[in-house]
Amino acid sequence: MAEALLMQGNEAISEAAIIAGCRYYFAYPITPQNEIAAYMARRMPEVGGTFLQAESEIASINMVLGAAAAGGRTMTSSSSPGISLKQEGLSYLAGTELPAVVVNMMRGGPGLGNISGAQGDYFQATKGGGHGDYRMIVLAPASVQELADLAVTAFDLSDQYRIVTMILGDGYLGQMSESLVLPKPSKKQFDKSSWILDGAAGREPRKIASLRLKPEDGVEQINLGLQRKYRKIEASEIRFECYHCKDAEVLLVAFGFAARICKAAVNELREAGVRAGLFRPITLWPFPYQELLQSAARMKKVLVVEMNAGQMLEDVRLALGDKVPIEFYGRMGAMLVEVEEIIKRIKKHEK
Amino acid sequence: MRSEEAGAKRVFSRPESFTDVPTHYCPGCGHGIIHRLMAQVIDELGMREKTVVIAPVGCAVLMYHYINTDGLEASHGRAPAVATGVKRVLPDRLVISYQGDGDLLAIGTAETIHTANRGENITVLFVNNAIYGMTGGQMAPTSLAGQKTKTSPYGRNPAEVGMPIRACELLNTLEAPVFIERCSVHDVPHILKAKRATKKAIENQVKGRGFSFVEYLSTCPTNWGMSSQAAADWVGSEMVSYYPLGNFRDR
Repeated sequence: MAEALLMQGNEAISEAAIIAGCRYYFAYPITPQNEIAAYMARRMPEVGGTFLQAESEIASINMVLGAAAAGGRTMTSSSSPGISLKQEGLSYLAGTELPAVVVNMMRGGPGLGNISGAQGDYFQATKGGGHGDYRMIVLAPASVQELADLAVTAFDLSDQYRIVTMILGDGYLGQMSESLVLPKPSKKQFDKSSWILDGAAGREPRKIASLRLKPEDGVEQINLGLQRKYRKIEASEIRFECYHCKDAEVLLVAFGFAARICKAAVNELREAGVRAGLFRPITLWPFPYQELLQSAARMKKVLVVEMNAGQMLEDVRLALGDKVPIEFYGRMGAMLVEVEEIIKRIKKHEK
Repeated sequence: MRSEEAGAKRVFSRPESFTDVPTHYCPGCGHGIIHRLMAQVIDELGMREKTVVIAPVGCAVLMYHYINTDGLEASHGRAPAVATGVKRVLPDRLVISYQGDGDLLAIGTAETIHTANRGENITVLFVNNAIYGMTGGQMAPTSLAGQKTKTSPYGRNPAEVGMPIRACELLNTLEAPVFIERCSVHDVPHILKAKRATKKAIENQVKGRGFSFVEYLSTCPTNWGMSSQAAADWVGSEMVSYYPLGNFRDR
C-alpha cells in the first residue's frame, strides 16, 4: 500500500510531473501557482532535469517549444494573465504538432483581476485563445489527488497525439492541501526518433515549421491533418465522472473546484430526500457531449454551476439542446459558489 | 564543374551544409552570403549532423530550406528562447539562432538580452539591414536617422522615434557573453572578416564556452530602392559610420 501524503495542489502537480518524466520546466512567476516553480527549482537539479526561470511567459512557452522539438518531456505553468501571454506559443505548438503540458491555475479576471481561484478561462482553454483552428486537450481536476494523477495522464496524451495538454486547475485547488497517494510512472513508451530535431546524423535533415506558402502542400493540408487527429481524440479520450447520476431526477453539471462544492450539495440534497446527481466533465476538450446527453436526457432539470459567467454552460446547451430545462448558477471574480445557493435553486424547482 | 580534371585542384565548392536549391532572396541581398558563411563554418567544424538552426520571422523565415541541417521555426522575436529550449535538451548539439533586426531588437528584445545575459551556450547570428524586408520595407529599430522607409516616409525622426539601437554595444554591457563582433558583408574583404567572426562564434559553442554574437551589416536593395552596388556602397559609408565594425569582446 503506497504511503498517503499531505501535499499542496501546486506541489503535488509538480512532483507528479517529475514522476511522469518531465525534465524540462520553464516558467515565469505569477500568483497563485508560484509553488510549482519553487518546487521545480529545488527538485529538478535532484533528478538531473532543467529548471529555468524565463524572462517572460512568452519566453517560457517558446523554451517549451524548443525543448519539445528536441524530444524532451517539458512543461510550463502559469495563471490566467500569464496564460494569455502564452497564447501565441500555444498556437505555434499546435501548428507544429509538438507535445507539451501547460498548467493553468486560474485566477479572477479579466485583466489583473485578483489572485484567488476562478474558472473564467474555460473559453480560452477549450475554444482556442490563440490564432487559427486548433485544439488542446484540456483536463480539469477537482482534487489534489486528481491533479497529480492527471499530470501523469497529460504527458502521455501529449506524447501520444503530439498535442498540448492543458491542466486547467484554479487558485483554490493549487493552494489547498489534501492527502494523496503519489501516482506511479506510466508504463507507456513513446518513440520520438522519427520526428524530433537532434541533428541529422545519418539521415535527411528535418524541418519543424507551421509555415507553408504553397497551396498544393499548404496550411489547408496541415489543418486537415490536425482535424483528423482531433476527431480521433474526441473518439477515444473523453473522461468524465458521474456522481449519483443513475437514479437522479435533477442533475448538476460542474467541473473542477465548482464540482467539489456541487458534490457537497448533492450529498445534502440526498439527505433531504432530493434525488440529485452530478455530472463532472474531466476532459473539457474533448467535451463529453454524448455522455452528458445520456446522463441528463431524463432529468427534470439540469443546473450548471461554474465559477464564471456561464462558459461551460454553452457546451451543455450544445449537448442537451432543448431536451431538458437548463439553469445556470455562477459567481465571478474568484468568488465561490455556495452549497446553500445550489440547494435553494434545486429545491425551488422541487416545489 | 563537378568532376575534377587532371591537374585541376578544387579551390571552391558549395558547402555540404548549404542546400543546393535557389533561394527566395532578392538580388543583392546579404542573406545568401551570410547563410553560406554559416554553412561553411558548420562544415569546417564537422557539425553538419549535429546542428539545429532556428529560423526567425522575417526574410530568413524559410532559411531551414537552405541550410542542410535540422531546422526549427520560431515565432517573431522568440528564436533565442526556442534555441534555449533545444540546447537545454541537447547540450552537445550546435544550436544557431539566426535573426533579423526587427526580430532581435524590437519584438524580441527581451529574449535577446536575457539569453545573452544567461550566457546560454548558443550562437546568435544577427542580420542588420536597417529595415523590415519581409513585410515590405517598414522602419526597423536599426534604421538610420533620416532613413526613408514605408513607415518613416519623411525619414526617421529621432525626436519622435529615437535613434537606432546598437546591438553589440548593448550586449557588451552584460557580463556573460564570450564573443561579440560586428562585421559587414558589403565587399569581399569584409566578407572574409565576417567569415572569421562566424567561425569563432560557432567554435565557441562547440567548445562549450558560452554565448556568442555576430552582427552582420547587410543589404536590402529592394526595400532601400537601390541597385545592388549602391546598396553595398551605402552599407560601407552610411551604416558603417553609425555602426562601428570590430570586435567588442573575445574571451
